[in-house]
Amino acid sequence: MSTVAPLLVARGVSAGIDGRTLCAALDLDIRPGEMLAVIGRNGIGKSTVLSTLAGLRAPLAGQLTLDGMPIGSVAPRALARRRALLAQSHEDAFASTVLDTVLVGRHPHIGRWSDDSAHDVQVAFDAMARVSLTGFEARDVRTLSGGERQRVAIAALLAQDAPLCLLDEPVTHLDLDYQMDTLSLFAGMAHDEGRAVVAVLHDLNQVLRFCDRALLLTGGGEWVCGAVDTVLQPDTLSRAFCHPLRELRDGERRYFVPA
Amino acid sequence: MQSPASVRTRTPRLRTLALPLLAIGLLLSIALSLSLGSVPVSPAQLWQIMTTGGDAGVAGDVVLGLRLPRVLAAAACGGLLALAGALMQVLLRNPLADPYVLGISGGASVGALLAMAAGLAGALFELSALAGALTAMALVFGLAHGEGGRTPTRLLLTGVIVSAGCGAAVSFMLTVANEQSLRGMLFWLMGDAGVAAPPAAALWALAIGVLVCVPLARDLNLLARGDLTAQTLGVPVLRLRLAIYLIASALTAVAVTTVGAVGFVGLVVPHLMRLALGNDQRLLLPASALAGALLLLLADTAARTLIAPAQLPVGVLTALLGVPVFLFLLHRRQ
Repeated sequence: MSTVAPLLVARGVSAGIDGRTLCAALDLDIRPGEMLAVIGRNGIGKSTVLSTLAGLRAPLAGQLTLDGMPIGSVAPRALARRRALLAQSHEDAFASTVLDTVLVGRHPHIGRWSDDSAHDVQVAFDAMARVSLTGFEARDVRTLSGGERQRVAIAALLAQDAPLCLLDEPVTHLDLDYQMDTLSLFAGMAHDEGRAVVAVLHDLNQVLRFCDRALLLTGGGEWVCGAVDTVLQPDTLSRAFCHPLRELRDGERRYFVPA
Repeated sequence: MQSPASVRTRTPRLRTLALPLLAIGLLLSIALSLSLGSVPVSPAQLWQIMTTGGDAGVAGDVVLGLRLPRVLAAAACGGLLALAGALMQVLLRNPLADPYVLGISGGASVGALLAMAAGLAGALFELSALAGALTAMALVFGLAHGEGGRTPTRLLLTGVIVSAGCGAAVSFMLTVANEQSLRGMLFWLMGDAGVAAPPAAALWALAIGVLVCVPLARDLNLLARGDLTAQTLGVPVLRLRLAIYLIASALTAVAVTTVGAVGFVGLVVPHLMRLALGNDQRLLLPASALAGALLLLLADTAARTLIAPAQLPVGVLTALLGVPVFLFLLHRRQ
């Protein structure tokens, strides 16, 4: 795996808001073909780290490069073709059909004066099919349930077709079956399509099941990063989440439950 | 599964025909408005006057000297207000925003009334109104800066407060104004194309506004879906928001300076166009400009012919039309 050139490289990157450092001196290589989980308590800085990695927030310190170029120097539209970000919440001030909302993901691929081509529409339809939204094309997004709206956002992200996908709580609002389907989909995008997927997740058992590596934010700017099996240990997690966790085993597979 | 093409838009034909239809409607309204009045002009006469450039005696003087400037001013300002309204609705991400919500008409009103109280007229009067509008704009822009930049909520709240302050200043000036200037002040506050400034500035502003905004329309489509979405997809959000704020404010300032604080055009027209044509800014912005021009021109034509020889301030008519339309739209939304 380490022979593949990394997409995103962080060297000594500090991420934070208003001068408050939430994650200090982060060294991280994100390579195609892997799925990385970002975990930690509420408000510890997971979303801030994610938007810093996305190039939307300047790091307080350190170097961040995408495809070997400083991320700040990549033109916004070119950046949007290389990395996609699934936001935590979605604003719908105006009426819009599901199809038009998914087509928004095609924006960086369409010229200023061009319209969506048949290809773009096909990509959008394929994306909707992958999150079981076939038949929803003409619905107004403001009439959807929270889970349906979240799947529309995921479809838009798929339509953006970027090699680096950053996901802020991709399975919020989703029913259990869709949670599993969605995470399998993203794991497949990493392992089979060779994309890099970084996801903020809350369910540790989902992290164990779908992710290759984990970045655990432990507060005060500190972090631990490594293979899921190394980082997700009962004592580390119990400290990080301020509640004792017990590990259960079912054959090869490990599970964490609150003690 | 529906074929991709069939769900693209519900009304593709309407979308293609919208701009040509509105443009034809506008031309017809201009002809109608030029013909109507105390000196009736027949279509044949009008054609002759417009093609030969006058020399038709009284009718020619009336059409070219009196009616044409007023018609152009009303149409240009209607277009300006509707375009500015459409931009403000995207900027504030609120379909119920209007061009005055950030205090620009309030500032212009204070400037205009101060000029009237001082007995200024002509270019000095317009400069004073423009200075008032720009002051309010600078005030809102300066004060709305805070954590997270100029967010829609902070802009809106600052605009409402600055408007309220201007309203108080206007009330004060009306209270202490003398009898002669009071009527002029009231007409100006309601919006009155009868005393409109020369239309050249408004026409230029409208042309520049449309030419600058239509190329930005694709990015505005994304901005309407939220700052983060737009930024993630490659839109330079901070720069775009600043540009839209300045453009919409400048367009409003020119319109208000020319015809006064005409209400509801900037709110109702973009809203109606959005209902009819959808929220693609590439179509919505030019359609709003044309429809705004059409509406304000028709309203002004009615304002000067309904109870002739007396004239109504056009703002009274747009409000009388706008209030029920707006309430209807609001009711439909729920």
